[in-house]
Amino acid sequence: MARLTPENEQRARQLIALYPVRRSALIPLLHLLQEQDGYLTADGMAHAGQLVGLTTAEVRGTASFYDMFHTEPVGRYVVAVCTNIACMLSGAYELLEHAEERLGVAPGGTTADGNFTLEDAECLALCGNAPCLTVNWRFFGDVDTARFDRIVDDLVAGNLVEQVPAHGTLNRVQRSVGLQASGATAHPASPGGAIPADGILAAGDHPLEERPTPRRSVGETA
Amino acid sequence: MTVTDAPKIVTRRIGLERSWTLESYLANDGYKGLRKALTMTPEQVHDQVNTANLLGRGGAGFEAGRKWGMLAKSDPVYLVINGDESEPATFKDHMLIEEDPHQLIEGALICAYAVRADQVFLFIRGEFALGLERVSSALNEAYAHGAVGRDIFGSGWSIDVVVHPGAGAYICGEETALLESLEGKRGFPRIKPPFFPAAIGLYGAPTIVNNVETVANLPWVTLEGGDAFAALGEGRSKGTKLLALSGDVVRPGNYELEFAKVTFRDLLFDPQLGGGIRDGNDLKCIIPGGVSAPWFGTDMLDVTLANEDIAAHGSMAGSGAVTPMDHTRCMVRAAWRISRFFHRESCGQCTPCREGSGWVEKIMERIEHGAGRESDLDLLMDVCDGISPGVAWPPAQTTICVLGPSIPSSVAWGIRLFRDEFLAHIRQGRCPFPPDRIRIAGSVSV
Repeated sequence: MARLTPENEQRARQLIALYPVRRSALIPLLHLLQEQDGYLTADGMAHAGQLVGLTTAEVRGTASFYDMFHTEPVGRYVVAVCTNIACMLSGAYELLEHAEERLGVAPGGTTADGNFTLEDAECLALCGNAPCLTVNWRFFGDVDTARFDRIVDDLVAGNLVEQVPAHGTLNRVQRSVGLQASGATAHPASPGGAIPADGILAAGDHPLEERPTPRRSVGETA
Repeated sequence: MTVTDAPKIVTRRIGLERSWTLESYLANDGYKGLRKALTMTPEQVHDQVNTANLLGRGGAGFEAGRKWGMLAKSDPVYLVINGDESEPATFKDHMLIEEDPHQLIEGALICAYAVRADQVFLFIRGEFALGLERVSSALNEAYAHGAVGRDIFGSGWSIDVVVHPGAGAYICGEETALLESLEGKRGFPRIKPPFFPAAIGLYGAPTIVNNVETVANLPWVTLEGGDAFAALGEGRSKGTKLLALSGDVVRPGNYELEFAKVTFRDLLFDPQLGGGIRDGNDLKCIIPGGVSAPWFGTDMLDVTLANEDIAAHGSMAGSGAVTPMDHTRCMVRAAWRISRFFHRESCGQCTPCREGSGWVEKIMERIEHGAGRESDLDLLMDVCDGISPGVAWPPAQTTICVLGPSIPSSVAWGIRLFRDEFLAHIRQGRCPFPPDRIRIAGSVSV
């Protein structure tokens, strides 16, 4: 596992084609790599660099800046507990403490069975449902210790496969149509690959039905 | 009665069944604003937004119409929508992105038409996986509907919209850092001048960067007219504002209210809004506009939630995130957590921010642990002064971007408002509030 599979390389080329400048597709490509392998492998980063015209060092320079990218293997489920101000005021550190005990690892650690990586996260923007956490970037709000245990149990039992895809899978909706990156305006130095003139990229619309956390909002009584 | 009968503008579809689908959107005035805009000239659309006096909803509060007017005339021009919402306690754009993605797309298209953009990028915070999926689905639907792509609604106008995921970095909410990130680089803010995006933006081309909530207003503004928007609100603060209320209130949540019509007291205590401080506790402190904003004490409850009034009282409305804390809360712990955030999120380019945030966090940690010294308060103020000379608001800036001068907002104002509480930690050798400890990631081995 390392380089993008031929199928993913095709997706990568489609992503590159969306941008006037190839390098702009680097972060989407790194997400694609992480979706494929669960983390960013050295060979994978080199491959991404080849596709957008960057050295591996340049790719690493970008990858290492961002919290979502892992350059070492992580667990099947990355559990990120928000501990920033709004969640802290609603018991986030007590929740994190419970998570450490339940999973047996400190933040940054991965369980021995490779199932869980625990993270102490910054604000995840679900402050109306504090404390919150994400599992592989899928949101769970109003999490108390009992709910945390249920989430962990359900993950282990495979009951949350729909809501929580494998780590690295960010966007399950592929673009079905699109224009070529506005050709007249693209910088000629680094043209993206062409999208067919009919604009059809790939099939596979995947409208989502699920909403893991009902959100309190305007006009709704608590 | 503090909630006026002003119409809901950006949240009117939230809560509708499957509000994120094209079907639901079209049944509720969807894409009518864009259709109307396409019968007007771009200048006419721009004029309506000028009339509306729509202030940017991302934090700086700059008039959107004026920002568009500063765009250098050039080819190409890009439009980038800032959906990288990461200011702690701000969760309004997250909701708009997930619950009404078509409104975001329609607003972005109207903006693109008005500024004659060549391509639109919707920069969505990477952690918003569901939001990315919803916006991507909506975009596919919008293409099929003829609202995006070639010859939109038969008008002859064509444009492409690209959904671009972030990858986890608070600093990318800063518009020039966002552009660096969109170019596939580390999210390092650019020096302004010369890198004002309207002059030198994405790939060096003139670029408009607008917040999600800002453009979410545009379908309504176009449909109802700038005058109707400007008839709402007060002073410079027109229309409605989405306020993200979190922390120690009974009813946290996003509330869309007529701009500049409610006070902090209304927002926190009105039974239709915050519903009071939770657990019957007393209010102690308010973070009035995200954690970058200087804190307010309870004497500021009658300040109006308007950019001007909050600024006149020495803080900022920022992103519209309001976080009250009650009397059981430790202000040292709160300020420590915020300083820890800035330390983790400093991009590292500028010494005052990179080093200052780390020192502030360390000193705050030792005070909270009961190991502080009385001289630490002066030391903290000195470090804050090194980051932002004078430690005043609006702050002086020694750094490329405003993350640096945001660091003192919690710590310095915490000391100014709650000096006795800081001293109690030091003199008692422990935090007087339960829990009297803070936990640091990685410090606990289980």
